[in-house]
Amino acid sequence: MNQRTPLIIFAALMAAIPFIPGIPPFWIVLLNNIGLAALVAMGLVLLTGVGGLTSFGQAAFCGFGAYTTAVLTTAYGVSPWLTLPLSLLVSGIAAVLLGIITVRLSGHYLPLGTIAWGIGLFYLFSKLEFLGRNDGISGIPPLSIGSLRMLDPGSIYFAIWIAVLVSALLTMNLLDSRTGRAIRALRRGHIAGEAFGVQTPRAKLLVFVYAAVLAGLSGWLYAHFQRAANPTPFGAHAGIEYLFIAVVGGAGYVWGAVLGAGIVVILKEILQSYLPYIFGGQSQLETIVFGILLVVLLQLAPTGVWPWLMSRLPIKPNRRTPDASLPLATPVRGQASSAVLLQIEKARKQFGGVIAVNDVSFDVKAREIVALIGPNGAGKSTTFNLVTGVLTTTGGTISVLGHKVDNAPPQEVVKLGVARTFQHVKLVPDMTVLENVAIGAHLRGSAGAISSMFRLDRADEAKLLAEAARQIERVGLADQMDQLAGSLSLGQQRIVEIARALCVDPLLLLLDEPAAGLRHMEKQRLAALLRQLRDGGMSVLLVEHDMGFVMDLADRIVVLDFGTKIAEGTPAEIKTNPDVIKAYLGAAA
Amino acid sequence: MNTTIMLFLLQDGITNGAIYALLGLALVLVFAVTRVILIPQGEFVTFGALSYAMLATGQVPGTAKLAVAMGVVAFGLDLFDARRSLRLKGILRAVAVNIILPVAILALTYGLAGPTTSVAVNIVLSLLIVAAIGLFLYRIAFQPLAHTSVLVLLIASVGCHLALQGLGLVFFGAEGLRGPALSNTALTIGPLRFTGQSLAVYGLTIAFIVALWLFFGFTLTGKALRATAVNRLGARLVGIRTTLSGQIAFLLASLIGAISGILIVPITTLYYDTGFLIGLKGFIAAIIGGLVSYPLTAVAALLVGSVEAFSSFYASNFKEVIVFTLILPVLVLRSLAAPEVEEEKD
Repeated sequence: MNQRTPLIIFAALMAAIPFIPGIPPFWIVLLNNIGLAALVAMGLVLLTGVGGLTSFGQAAFCGFGAYTTAVLTTAYGVSPWLTLPLSLLVSGIAAVLLGIITVRLSGHYLPLGTIAWGIGLFYLFSKLEFLGRNDGISGIPPLSIGSLRMLDPGSIYFAIWIAVLVSALLTMNLLDSRTGRAIRALRRGHIAGEAFGVQTPRAKLLVFVYAAVLAGLSGWLYAHFQRAANPTPFGAHAGIEYLFIAVVGGAGYVWGAVLGAGIVVILKEILQSYLPYIFGGQSQLETIVFGILLVVLLQLAPTGVWPWLMSRLPIKPNRRTPDASLPLATPVRGQASSAVLLQIEKARKQFGGVIAVNDVSFDVKAREIVALIGPNGAGKSTTFNLVTGVLTTTGGTISVLGHKVDNAPPQEVVKLGVARTFQHVKLVPDMTVLENVAIGAHLRGSAGAISSMFRLDRADEAKLLAEAARQIERVGLADQMDQLAGSLSLGQQRIVEIARALCVDPLLLLLDEPAAGLRHMEKQRLAALLRQLRDGGMSVLLVEHDMGFVMDLADRIVVLDFGTKIAEGTPAEIKTNPDVIKAYLGAAA
Repeated sequence: MNTTIMLFLLQDGITNGAIYALLGLALVLVFAVTRVILIPQGEFVTFGALSYAMLATGQVPGTAKLAVAMGVVAFGLDLFDARRSLRLKGILRAVAVNIILPVAILALTYGLAGPTTSVAVNIVLSLLIVAAIGLFLYRIAFQPLAHTSVLVLLIASVGCHLALQGLGLVFFGAEGLRGPALSNTALTIGPLRFTGQSLAVYGLTIAFIVALWLFFGFTLTGKALRATAVNRLGARLVGIRTTLSGQIAFLLASLIGAISGILIVPITTLYYDTGFLIGLKGFIAAIIGGLVSYPLTAVAALLVGSVEAFSSFYASNFKEVIVFTLILPVLVLRSLAAPEVEEEKD
């Protein structure tokens, strides 16, 4: 089944609904409300479900959109169609300003921050003279095309649902692209993405602004649907309700937003009509049921209704197989002929009083496999983190091809041709192996968010996926290409990480315990692959505990113990070095 | 502006700030133990305050019945969790905590409530009711989610806030209530008049700060509670009962919330939804304290209270805007001071 078919069926269905004879106009109003809520929730799906940034403040961005058009059309007589781009722009600018502050916050500070400015903006809307204070602004002109004035719910219905469908399409396009993969990797932490050149803060700001613009669009439509704007629908509770919608529908899914909006808006309507009979006449009682439902839902079905529904459908969307013959240009880098690729001189890292890496010096030359070994806690992974820019050095210098990289951000280090894997696998479990590996080629593509949304990135995208497919085949996981990365065994996930690193087309490959969790045959295949890479001109620096694997493979071995280098030499020299034996086995009694 | 006005504003700010400090402390406490960002803290305030105010008029507040209802749900959950290993002792304990306790509180309330009941009895009754609600809230809403991420807990917390606030409307109506003062004594120093009420506010706040600081810093139980927050599995492996830690935290938080409510309801009229805003101001203080430091939270709360008092004098319309915008520079400073760490997995 084609990926577009369900969308077209859905669009046709929605277009037909108003023409059903005898359909109550009230249903159309409900559908309008669902569409408006779905737009905001769709932004939240991208922001919270996909990007991992929880926001309780989206309602405030609706407010920006609604008030912009309200003021411009009533006070200045501007045409509603002209205020559309302005509404989106104002929401977007507000999002940039708030986003610069908020998206840098980690963990729970972010949602708390959004609650705070959400409430602050609500009070601002309700106190400002030119926004009509608590009464708001009324008499907003309806949308009109030629002589058709969208006065009744039935006509603005089309404007709202066209907006929903177009937004859904653009959002799905965005997610299925180079930028989309970077966004989808955000939720799993920033280190993995940054190691392959993703500018994490910029990606976060992008989704933040995107979500705000969708909310602004919803606000603009709302203002022309209600023909009035007042602060209440843009307050803290509305913001909470939008998040609720996203969680109910399935926060990770674009259509979950539409489904969630449908469920919540209809449920709210039912509750508002029947609850007063139970409790007797008071308003706002639906919040009790909403609150309880939200908690129950989190306990029983934290992923929402949409994925549950999808897993019940017999039809599975077919995946496109990338055409592995498309070439991807090799990145242009500095002089690769230098004999010494990586030079570490007296590198030092202190965490408070603990010296994790103590003035360690060694180098990696071109076409060489160097192993970094040592007992647990010797500072091997810390050394990796210093080289790749995840940590900054306390002292000493690290240079790649003569460029000093100590204290350069990870995104700069990878540009020099240094790619790595992680001791604790950092893949996105709900992305396929192919998509995970394609993140490795992030810097070798150029398509941005806008071109992805309008599908202008397809040539670029096909090349990236082709390269990813080639690297997956190279490491021998071609059969698993379309599986979710989380479903693979840990050993295979480590191999996927190697494929991802190879997508950088690196000069130097840093592997953190690549053989852990592999079976004997798999280890031999890995060793063969690494030798083949070395013979092809790549250098490898690896941390590994499997001595048989290391002694067979490495050209040179560096031994660390308690952060200090205690030996360096060929495998034969290391095997007989008394200091190394002492470090591993203790002194002879 | 003259010195007298400034002193008045400052006094007002400090009184409010002390309340925010109490709430901020409770929030830090709950977060430090359970990683729950307790949005319903505000509901503990209103439930405590309005239950007290209703008891003062001789009526039995609906919160007492809510405690029984929540107890029944908690009992059901306890039985369901223990369905594979039902033992008489366990069932008896569950009955005692979940059924007998709230029913006893309800019976006590019915027995004692009346127009002539003394202030002290009313206070004790309101505290008992809200403490039971806090305990069961943890059991019902958060204990099943204890292993999930801070964000899931936060969303659940918002859900609890919505439900409890809606129930508050059912129990107390849309009209605001005021309660009788705790004492009518007053002390005059220069131009300032300190009521017994505000002195009680200061005294209790200081007592709680010192007590919490001592408890978490210097007792084994306190350290066990903190260990639960850092690593649940690790805490369990060394023999700490993590569910008990969560229950203690929620019990303390609901008590502190109810006390704050009872302290302010004689000063200002409270509505069923006032607690949310008051709680959020406690939040701002807690966030300034980084959700870890009790003394810093207390100082920040006094700052929030003072900013509120001064802005209500100079720009009363924008009071809330100013208070809530205060958080932004704080968040910026926080994020600059503490570089981003790898986010937790969910």
